[in-house]
Amino acid sequence: MAIASYVETQSRPAAFWGLLAAGGLFLLAAFAAFLHFEHSGHVVTGMDNQIVWGMPHVFAVFLIVAASGVLNVASIGSVFGKPVYKARAPLSGLLALAMMAGGLAVLAADLGRPDRLIVAMTHFNFKSIFALNMMFYSGFFAIVAAYLVTMMDRSLNGYSKVIGFLAFFWRLALTTATGSIFGFLVARTAYGSALLAPMFIIYSFAYGLAAFLIVQGAMYAWNGLVLDARILARMKNLLAVFVGAALYFTAVMHLTSLYFAKQDAYERFLLLDGGVYTAAFWLGQVAVGGLLPLALIFLPGATQARVIAAAVLVVLGGLAQMFVTIVGGQAFPLEIFPGYAVTSSFQDGIVNGYSPVAGEFALGFGGIALAFLITVVAVRVLRFLPQDDFAALKAED
Amino acid sequence: MSENNIDRRKFLAAAAAGAGFVAIAPGIRLVEIAAAKPDNEPVTSKVRWGMLIDTTRCQSGCTECVSACGKENGLSEVKKPRTDAQWIRKIDLKELKTGRALSLPMMCQHCANPPCVDVCPTGASFKRADGIVLVDRHICIGCRYCMMACPYKARSFVHEPHTDQNPEVPRGQGCVEGCTLCVHRVDRGGTPACVEACAAAGHNAMLFGDLNDPGSAIAKRVREVKTTQVRADLKLDLGVRYEGI
Repeated sequence: MAIASYVETQSRPAAFWGLLAAGGLFLLAAFAAFLHFEHSGHVVTGMDNQIVWGMPHVFAVFLIVAASGVLNVASIGSVFGKPVYKARAPLSGLLALAMMAGGLAVLAADLGRPDRLIVAMTHFNFKSIFALNMMFYSGFFAIVAAYLVTMMDRSLNGYSKVIGFLAFFWRLALTTATGSIFGFLVARTAYGSALLAPMFIIYSFAYGLAAFLIVQGAMYAWNGLVLDARILARMKNLLAVFVGAALYFTAVMHLTSLYFAKQDAYERFLLLDGGVYTAAFWLGQVAVGGLLPLALIFLPGATQARVIAAAVLVVLGGLAQMFVTIVGGQAFPLEIFPGYAVTSSFQDGIVNGYSPVAGEFALGFGGIALAFLITVVAVRVLRFLPQDDFAALKAED
Repeated sequence: MSENNIDRRKFLAAAAAGAGFVAIAPGIRLVEIAAAKPDNEPVTSKVRWGMLIDTTRCQSGCTECVSACGKENGLSEVKKPRTDAQWIRKIDLKELKTGRALSLPMMCQHCANPPCVDVCPTGASFKRADGIVLVDRHICIGCRYCMMACPYKARSFVHEPHTDQNPEVPRGQGCVEGCTLCVHRVDRGGTPACVEACAAAGHNAMLFGDLNDPGSAIAKRVREVKTTQVRADLKLDLGVRYEGI
């Protein structure tokens, strides 16, 4: 019996309802924030005509990017045929759907006219990378759902490899498109780089695997199981590779940007004098999201707790990265007249301030809560918990 | 009896004359406003509306164009500079190397290749055939991607509910908006409110007209003097040009 099988999760009804209640509270807070913003307008948020995308986008884009990345675990199993990952493919697909739903919900709730969501789904400007993204998101749901069915229904198992391939390429295209949302903004110094697309893909690998490790760790702990040390070693090393690659892309992005003389000012802002953005970059994205996790993973004697701590740091670093990319890029003054000092009533020529209000965080955490609730319910009613017999799998390798 | 007949003839003659006048009058009016587009005809790309701003005539501190825009389009006076809509704003510039100072109004540049139109997911941002870039307030979902894409910060987001709208310029909370080049006036043969106000203040720094018409004042001026398109490196082919930058 070499094929990975699954164990039922332990019942613990009180704890289960407790989790639902906790997630529900966050969701409720997000709903209250949504109603408040919708009723009073965005004037009650910290966003304005200069910082048009704030905290909700930081969370939403993070969730969407991580959702596409978490599917990698399944892809490594189905597409590249690694049994350890195959046993984890259903959980990976589930998390992909849950996080995508969470991210899109936040994105929709932050629209100026969320009541017109149907317009967004019926009117497409095919030249817009944003419209393309919407199609990729919808397709992602359909393809990953079909993928899950083929993996979980034994009579359809034969199709799972083909759909797995499709899901793999779809998610690569999706993240390319998500990165291109920023890559196509030619006017702003912080964006307008083709590098953003592959960089977002590598970020998604890291954030997705980190999210997967956290959820997997929680599920094992819930059921009193211990992850096989060799599986842990494989997954932590993979996380390290992704985190290292993310750091590499970040370095290349800024080095090439420094090479273009006209972008000196922006790089100086981000790397030296940008205040909160400089701190978020060096401390958040680079130290917490990159160097510390690498240290936790590679210093001798890595335990499961330490690997999960590393994964949590990668997620925190990911949020910091999105903050730097999205808000930092807007905070830097848009240069309309190069070579001139400018002043106006519309904050021309100054670094734009941004003080997010609690409701914006509530919306963001609401997205995480939605993903959390979908996951908690799904792993309870369906078999998502991987159970490995590593020795047997090894023999099959 | 015959008197009655005469009256009837007089009446018929007067009625015919009146009817004739009514029938011909619109034609006469049309000749008078030849540049205007009749309501029953679509806009045409034969026209490219544009504006030329002479920065040597634009006074620092003068905000006549800004006030006129606000009044015409029902924008409130800017009390919250961070969130209030500003379709047109005055920018004071100082050249870093030489210290040369100048002042100019900045608004939607009505690009021929507008980035806001490219990125808009629903097609709410659109460009008319005559070059005017507008937002369809019925299908704008308020995603604000156009604001990210605009190189001129020409777009504003309506951050709060508001009343006292100009019926000709409907606005709505949660939508993005920007300079319409006073399309409601232009379609009737008028000029944008800012241009009118600048002339009324005696500055005459703003010239509006059809860039495609070789005989128009703006086309002549653009032929004669060196004009600048802001951020020309982006190759957006702007409808608004500047002189003296």
